[in-house]
Amino acid sequence: MSEADLRTLGEEYKYHFVDEVKPVFVAERGLSRRVIEAISYHKGEPEWMLKFRLRAFEIFQKKPMPTWGPDLSGLDLDDLVYYVKPAEVRDAKSWEEVPEEIRRTYERLGIPEAERKVLAGVGAQYDSEMVYHRVREELERQGVIFVAIEEGMKKYEDLFKEYFAKVVPPEDNKFAALNSAAWSGGSFVYVPPGVKVELPLQAYFRVNTPEFGQFERTLIIVDEGAEVHYIEGCTAPMYSTESLHTGVIEIVVKRGARSRYTTIQNWSTNMYNLVTQRALVYGEAYHEWVDGNLGSKVTMKYPSSYLLEPGARSEILSIAFAKTGQHQDTGGKLILAAPHTSGTIVSKSISKGEGRASYRGLVKVTEGARHGKVNVECDALLIDPESRTDTYPYIEIEEETAHVGHEATVSKINDEQIFYLQSRGLKEDEAAALIVRGFIEPIAKELPLEYAVELNRLIELEMEGSVG
Amino acid sequence: MNQLEIRDLWASIDGEMILKGVNLVVPKGEVHALMGPNGAGKSTLGKILAGDPEYTVEKGEILLDGENILELSPDERARKGLFLAFQYPVEVPGVTIANFLRLALQARLGREVGVAEFWAKVKKALELLDWDESYLSRYLNEGFSGGEKKRNEILQLLVLEPTYAVLDETDSGLDIDALKVVARGVNAMRGPNFGALVITHYQRLLNYIVPDRVHVMMDGRVVAEGGPELALELEAKGYEWLKEKVKEGA
Repeated sequence: MSEADLRTLGEEYKYHFVDEVKPVFVAERGLSRRVIEAISYHKGEPEWMLKFRLRAFEIFQKKPMPTWGPDLSGLDLDDLVYYVKPAEVRDAKSWEEVPEEIRRTYERLGIPEAERKVLAGVGAQYDSEMVYHRVREELERQGVIFVAIEEGMKKYEDLFKEYFAKVVPPEDNKFAALNSAAWSGGSFVYVPPGVKVELPLQAYFRVNTPEFGQFERTLIIVDEGAEVHYIEGCTAPMYSTESLHTGVIEIVVKRGARSRYTTIQNWSTNMYNLVTQRALVYGEAYHEWVDGNLGSKVTMKYPSSYLLEPGARSEILSIAFAKTGQHQDTGGKLILAAPHTSGTIVSKSISKGEGRASYRGLVKVTEGARHGKVNVECDALLIDPESRTDTYPYIEIEEETAHVGHEATVSKINDEQIFYLQSRGLKEDEAAALIVRGFIEPIAKELPLEYAVELNRLIELEMEGSVG
Repeated sequence: MNQLEIRDLWASIDGEMILKGVNLVVPKGEVHALMGPNGAGKSTLGKILAGDPEYTVEKGEILLDGENILELSPDERARKGLFLAFQYPVEVPGVTIANFLRLALQARLGREVGVAEFWAKVKKALELLDWDESYLSRYLNEGFSGGEKKRNEILQLLVLEPTYAVLDETDSGLDIDALKVVARGVNAMRGPNFGALVITHYQRLLNYIVPDRVHVMMDGRVVAEGGPELALELEAKGYEWLKEKVKEGA
């Protein structure tokens, strides 16, 4: 039995609040060379990073807005604040050093409890900066680095420079360029060869200034034979104007290593969530993406794995929940670029009201990647007659020895199931929520307990008053 | 007043009248059997008692301890202590029996139920049904055999402890061992605070669940009532015999 399911009962949503943390510096609206210089100055960056940012800004300006996917016309990039620096505390190592107001926010989000529950280290991002950061002594002793990305850049410059923007270069897409120009906050993780990090590394963050675009940047390097599970969760407060979240996540999984990146995002419904997540997977290594998307106005997110050497494997698990006014355009990409590589994409989406959930995925088997195997399964659940789902599977196969399977299902909530559950005392919307939870169970069971609890609770809230 | 009473109940589906004035009383503390040939409306009656929205009630009343429950939703009826063991229990993928059952118990009792209390209850029920604990982590009815589904209905009956239960052909498709297990479950519920209406096509089940009274339905109405001996008579003479008798009476 899932203890997580049971614990979600009777809890109310408590994440829609705005805290009064006074920022130290707020950049003017819109992005310009001047704003980028200010960001770089406030972060005390090396010269090469400023140059990188300015180059990325030029690329960003040249690239057109993508038009192949969801409608982005409501997004005014000139009307956003690109940098906010919160109170003057950086990388506090203990709870006591964190400013009172921020502490209160975390208490409301349950962070201290989470930490007491033997987490391997909590990096919580408050607006743009890491304000609370702690790595367990054991991890430090093992040589594991888990710090704010800014600290990673300064303290481990050579290592950082070797990989930064190598997995996702600014040229990749317009929003990767934007992130590269304006990035702020995120994690830098390095796991030395052979080190197995047993407990997940967690970063919990929130965006907290109205109209504030968050440009988180995370770089994870899992060295040969090492193992790590990185978890990132977000809940965002509600705002009345459009907001943007454009993250870039870069992961390098070296020979024989294993890694998993889990994220559950629940952005407020005015948020454009446009994220580039990519992993390079080397020989005999394994990488797993677990991706949950709730909330936001538009999400475009396709975690991708590049299987670069023989024996590399990857699995992409994705959940999306779209309500009225929301378009979740999610899925995954698997690029098989070496012989004997394999991967799976499992996508489950739920559309409610006039919500629209699209599966968009790419499977590519390059020439010479002999005996590659890929399996794609996408299941859509429609709650209401006006709910919408679409599937955009792109398959490019340049190898005749490849085995690629694709399976898609669309289902509706069945009246007989609702009646059966109701006849046992569950209210109609509770019954529907339970059916939805059952639908995503194959992915939810892969989540750590706290996240499964949160996901289930969010789904229950999303389903409240949804039927009848 | 302490009874489940059906008064002149008329109901239809897709414009076709299935129940044509059903009158039936099950006092609390008694177990009654509802028999009848196929198509008599027995299962329809069960579903309507539980509040299946597929059917339209045209007329009549269903009184649960004196309260008319016709306007109540299926879940409100359940929380008032009415239970239907389905003839064809539905599969709900991804939802474990344990999770579902605890939610149902909390709904039934109207309060949080701690893990310890829940397990104590479930364990007792499992023992009675000779069922393995591992079933609890299986998804609700998914991939279950007919017998497993029926056993699962009785598990729910035992855990939820309703005041009135309707068992809709719980015996159909069961071998004799499974039948005995199901009967053991129902008999364990018997007592002054429990009433049941056991719907069955055959007399076989009634060897193990001996009813206080037997009702016979035909063509949407209850046409005969009697003690347990009526079931035996039907078994010996068949429904045709009763049909003739009803015609003569009419």
